[in-house]
Amino acid sequence: MPADAYTGPLPVPTPESRPFWDAAREHRLSIPFCNRCQRWYFYPRAFCPLCFAADITWRTASGAAKLVSFVIPSRGPRNFPVVGPYVVGIVELAEGPRMMAHIVDVEAVPEKLSCDMPLEVVFADVTPQITLPKFRPVGR
Amino acid sequence: MSMPVAAKLRGAVAIAGVGESDQIGRLPEKSAPQLHMEAARNALADAGIEVGEVDAVFTSGRNMANEIPEYLGIRPRYVGGTQVGGCSFLVHVEHAVAALAAGLCSVALITHGESGYSHIGHPRQRWGDDSVNNQFEIPHGTTGPATGYGLVATRHMHTYGTTSEHLAEVAVATRAWASLNPRAWARDPLTIDDVLASRVIAWPLHLLDCCLVTDGGGAVVLTRADRAADLAAAPVYVLGTATAIGHQMVSQMEHFDRWDAAERSGADAFAMAGLKPADIDVTQLYDAFTIVPLLALEALGFCARGESGPFVSKQRTAPGGSFPLNTNGGGLSYTHTGMYGIFMIVEAVRQLRRQRGEAQVPHARTALCHGTGGEWSSAATLILSTER
Repeated sequence: MPADAYTGPLPVPTPESRPFWDAAREHRLSIPFCNRCQRWYFYPRAFCPLCFAADITWRTASGAAKLVSFVIPSRGPRNFPVVGPYVVGIVELAEGPRMMAHIVDVEAVPEKLSCDMPLEVVFADVTPQITLPKFRPVGR
Repeated sequence: MSMPVAAKLRGAVAIAGVGESDQIGRLPEKSAPQLHMEAARNALADAGIEVGEVDAVFTSGRNMANEIPEYLGIRPRYVGGTQVGGCSFLVHVEHAVAALAAGLCSVALITHGESGYSHIGHPRQRWGDDSVNNQFEIPHGTTGPATGYGLVATRHMHTYGTTSEHLAEVAVATRAWASLNPRAWARDPLTIDDVLASRVIAWPLHLLDCCLVTDGGGAVVLTRADRAADLAAAPVYVLGTATAIGHQMVSQMEHFDRWDAAERSGADAFAMAGLKPADIDVTQLYDAFTIVPLLALEALGFCARGESGPFVSKQRTAPGGSFPLNTNGGGLSYTHTGMYGIFMIVEAVRQLRRQRGEAQVPHARTALCHGTGGEWSSAATLILSTER
């Protein structure tokens, strides 16, 4: 294993979620969209959890988001490759769905963060197979 | 309007016995099933019921509804294995009430044993590699419950101005109750400043905002109300019991500054009981973290949305205060095995039976227990009384 190999927890896609992870590798935030109720939803499911329809498609989201809430853990889970405090939060995409995200490019102190602050997606290629979408404050 | 089905079950079933494991705390010499056994023996002795009469067993954990009856030497005709986290045992009460009232069983045993600290006979569990949790939460740096519960604390602070001092009030008041409980793990007095000075686990939560990690067990025995009247201990009637599920992953939570699932379980339980928050004399609210009782106070209607911080200020929930809360010392200072819910029921029953000595709430006739599981995922509310 190379010295710089990624040590953090890695997702293993399922057939339902694979389009999300494939798109992330291409630096696209691809999100399921329901053709019946015309709403985006997340996490990936073969059916729309908002209206129970099976007629769904994948669309590329803008990457614009806002910070719904956050915490600043003093240290990460085992092997998480960040030393010291970092920010993890709930982001709400401009298209509506919410997701958990590592918030980057900001000092991990409460004074530098606020609920509802605007964010944008960035992509971290952590292994040849897996790219993790992360979010950072707009304008960094 | 016809009476709701649940209201017909009001008072139909009673808690006939409660018990805990012989010791709680850090018990590396005891397995998790042994803690079940101790609690079950103590609860059945409390009720004055022979183990051979138990025909229904409710417990929580993967495959536990097979394993625990076997360990106890019981061959039940009715089982419940609902596992929705720490409040599972409150949910079991609802299911036991329905089964007893329907005549599907006659003596129900709800049992819990967890070697949460020592991990003896109690394997650690983790999410599967391709679980939704390991795809959409864990790789992003979640640290477990401190993340999930902390997210709500941050948003509640943003929306309503709740402060770390408000959270600390809960920890300090709960510790004061623990100081009256010889079995409590943490009994040394605590101040607001102690809580604020304790190390940050996941801002805004400090170490002393977080529950203990211990080993222990608890059990509850239920029968139909007519049978309970003739048993060893004074019956405590189940007036209201209700459950609500909100989500599994906290990223799917509906709101982050209110607790929708608890609003639903609370409203249903109060409707079944025909009571309102002002009718409750003593309250047990799941306190895995100090923020949880705050959101529960609002969701259940003890105070308005956003006002739980001021509500708990000036040690209102401490011994001698006007709102006795978590009178055993709670998960914060008494014990927290991982799934704490059973201990709330045990404490509520003991309060209603006037068995709590120095920690007795005078004139307590009605008690409420409310729990959660996962990360605000499940909610369950239980209303008990000495009177039908």
